[in-house]
Amino acid sequence: MQVSITINGTKQSHDVEPRTLLVHYIREHANLTGTNIGCDTSSCGACTLHLDGEAVKSCTILAAQADGGSVTTIEGLSKNGEMHPMQKAFMENHGLQCGYCTPGMVMAAIGLLNENPKPTEDEVRLGLEGNLCRCTGYHNIVKSVLAAAKK
Amino acid sequence: MSITEERTNNVIGQRMLRREDPALLTGEAKFVNDLVIPGALHLAVLRSPYAHARIVSIDVSDAASMPGVVAVYTGKDLHSTWAAPMPCAWPVTPDMKNPAHYPLAIDKACYVGDGVAAVLATSETASRDALDAIDVVYEPLPAVIDLEDALSDRVIIHDAIGTNKSYTWNLKVESAEGAVDQAFKNAAYTVSERYIQQRLIPMAMEPRAVAAVPQPFGGDVTLYSATQVPHILKVMTAITLGIPEHQMRVVAPSVGGGFGSKLDVYAEELLCVALARKHGAPVRWVEERSENTQATIHGRGQIQNIELAADKDGKLTAVRVRLIGDMGAYLQLVTPGVPLLGAFLYGGVYHLPQAYDFSCTSVFTTMTPTDAYRGAGRPEATYAIEVAMDALARTMGIDPYELRKRNYIQKEQFYDATGNHVGYTAFHGLNYDSGDHLAAAEKAMQHANYAGIRKQQKTQNVPGARKRLGIGMTSYFEMCGLAPSRVLASLNYGAGGWESATVRVLPTSKVQVVTGTSPHGQGHETSWAMIAAEKLGVAPEDVDVLHSDTAIAPLGLDTYGSRSLAVGGVAIAGACDKVIDKARLIAAHQLECAAEDLQFDKGTFSVKGSPDKAVPIAAIAFAAFTAHNLPDGVEPNLEAQYTHDPKNFSWPFGTHICVVEIDTETGKVDVLKYVAVDDCGNQINPLIVEGQVHGGVVQGMAQALYEEAVYDKDGNLKTSNLAEYLVPAACDVPPITTDFTVTPSTTNQLGVKGIGEAGTIGAASAVMNAVIDALSGLGITKLDMPASPNNVWKAIQSVQGGK
Repeated sequence: MQVSITINGTKQSHDVEPRTLLVHYIREHANLTGTNIGCDTSSCGACTLHLDGEAVKSCTILAAQADGGSVTTIEGLSKNGEMHPMQKAFMENHGLQCGYCTPGMVMAAIGLLNENPKPTEDEVRLGLEGNLCRCTGYHNIVKSVLAAAKK
Repeated sequence: MSITEERTNNVIGQRMLRREDPALLTGEAKFVNDLVIPGALHLAVLRSPYAHARIVSIDVSDAASMPGVVAVYTGKDLHSTWAAPMPCAWPVTPDMKNPAHYPLAIDKACYVGDGVAAVLATSETASRDALDAIDVVYEPLPAVIDLEDALSDRVIIHDAIGTNKSYTWNLKVESAEGAVDQAFKNAAYTVSERYIQQRLIPMAMEPRAVAAVPQPFGGDVTLYSATQVPHILKVMTAITLGIPEHQMRVVAPSVGGGFGSKLDVYAEELLCVALARKHGAPVRWVEERSENTQATIHGRGQIQNIELAADKDGKLTAVRVRLIGDMGAYLQLVTPGVPLLGAFLYGGVYHLPQAYDFSCTSVFTTMTPTDAYRGAGRPEATYAIEVAMDALARTMGIDPYELRKRNYIQKEQFYDATGNHVGYTAFHGLNYDSGDHLAAAEKAMQHANYAGIRKQQKTQNVPGARKRLGIGMTSYFEMCGLAPSRVLASLNYGAGGWESATVRVLPTSKVQVVTGTSPHGQGHETSWAMIAAEKLGVAPEDVDVLHSDTAIAPLGLDTYGSRSLAVGGVAIAGACDKVIDKARLIAAHQLECAAEDLQFDKGTFSVKGSPDKAVPIAAIAFAAFTAHNLPDGVEPNLEAQYTHDPKNFSWPFGTHICVVEIDTETGKVDVLKYVAVDDCGNQINPLIVEGQVHGGVVQGMAQALYEEAVYDKDGNLKTSNLAEYLVPAACDVPPITTDFTVTPSTTNQLGVKGIGEAGTIGAASAVMNAVIDALSGLGITKLDMPASPNNVWKAIQSVQGGK
């Protein structure tokens, strides 16, 4: 079936199997591999991106369901060679180590601040509940998000 | 030229942001499964649904005719492909039993997840779809999931070796024969404890992924793998497949965490290489998470029996340890050695006389093979001694910190009678390089407000209180910096413990550092550049660090065991010294003075006493490149290779303290505070050091509170995905208070020790001591990990009957 999605501002159209998940569409058809896959139960959040402005786990949605929608991936965050403030905050606060959960974590964190621009530490921890990281113990991720919220 | 006059040599110790981050933050970084490989075939592996079953027949004909399927192979089909079984590099005893282990099982499947057939297809979906069409007839056999049951040999897993016991390894150190028995006989106090180190699933966020790309002619193969050990993998793939080693190249691109689980040689790596060569096409494989929980190694898995003997003051007089180690179904790369890495640490950070009796018997079970997982043997040992120390304190009726203070190896004991620092030679003969346990503990006590919490407990933990407060501590030693090659030889390890570095100053004075370490999240590119910048007096941004490709960095022993800095980082410093030594000869030639009259500071050689007679290393690099005017006997180019074989392990240490509150009605444990005071010697980049502690602590805390690989009696893994295996999320863990003492290592020039595993080593026992401390007033003095709400609630019910 034909699926058309605006990805990082550019409309793309691809012929895909109906069972194709949005994350596979992004990685294999749109060739954007920054969005990672970390599980098969929608538990880890590594594949989080923005669909029509909302942070979603792209493994929970069929590409067909996103037809006509607008997607922002990690590759679409930086503007004019400048990283997004959330990306900068992660760098400045050592909010990543291996970096595999990072794209999803950054997209989820931006979604969190969109809904709650001045969260408390507990609200950040609860808000990122759907994104797993195995390296950082979350300490510096939480610090990064709180720092981005202050900007 | 990059070397300014203002250059200072104080790069080491700065909180420098990581150069790795921009690529990882923008999606530019390429993990194995991101690589674009035209024409690649996709491998999928059919895995046994039985823990233990004879393979009666396999019919692949339906699968082979499915759309997109190129070939289907069984273990029998590929048997002649393997020049040797899959490798175990650590035959810990001469009589260790090691059953032949092939990438696909042949006659028998020995755990749920054991590969029995492989599909090659033109797409990933086609390869996975075809798995369902393979018809395997199994004759199920009884599962063996209990270690003591396994030892009974009631059911033999590997017929060819006739027993489930792999080996028994002993470390008995006595000042005189019978010293241990005598100490227990004379003891004023003894404790005898039994702990279960539950199986854990390492769960690096990136599952494994492999791609093998053959050259069309000549037989060369490039293997891309999400591995921690490209160098070891290259050698082992060559041996296992009978490929000349110089025709194998292994590349580990961005790797998404490992924690030991990617320190291995796996069936899928060998299958991809073998089938790529057979088909003359690239072959790739990516692991699904629910496959990862079964096909990638597990960690821990021990039954620990520990006995302590102490005199009337509580000073330890003997330690006796009996372990049963769960090897799982087969021996992977270093499986049998994991308990040995802990064998030297069951005496903890305490001054113990030569009265130590350690024995480990390891057994096969019908579960996923175990192997090194963050800390590998050392968290287990630290857990046993530290939880047992609390038991001893309870037996004596004294505070657990007071007991530890009476037993700590004292700072003075690292010095000889004349005040020379000589390290502390422990009962087992290994020398602890440096330490000051009391200083670290005191600092942790202050952060945790230990006395205040003890006071608060008196008012809070009254009979009938719903929420009980607990505080627990751990003082640890981490034996890391693996490892002196001669010590490894004495432990029968199959390789050395050195690390290699090459430092090259390019004609334009930019610097390349080539390292044999293979980072997968640790920030080596940043830290190694800092070391070279400090040594050579150049800007860190002018240093590039090359790694993880055996064609670029041909020599190396990779990243595990907190070895990368203490061995690999020190190798870089050594290579810099050799570069400086060579540059000094050229500088002396240019300045027409003797080499020994030159001093090197901030990137510039100058004549002692005549600072205006000077030449920067940048100019020397260019002179070495042009080679127009070099002193006799000096080769062109400014480059040196150095291999560092550590003369000792390094011994980081510290004290961790955990404060918990337990809801006695729900059993839920809340961690109110976690304090980690670590001493890893000198720190290259404190930002990265803190990050390693945070992550390590949460992994240890996760063992204490959340994680367990649960098998049912038939050997099915019930926690086979991330919905069922509880990796903590941000809301499940507290912020971590980190602080440090700095006691430099005396056995390497950087004074560094390593920090990768410390958090994990300290955390599980600190948390469990806090949990038991909170519950001991109810009469609960023993609790197995994880202290999940269910387990805690059941323990409370068992002593109170719900009251």
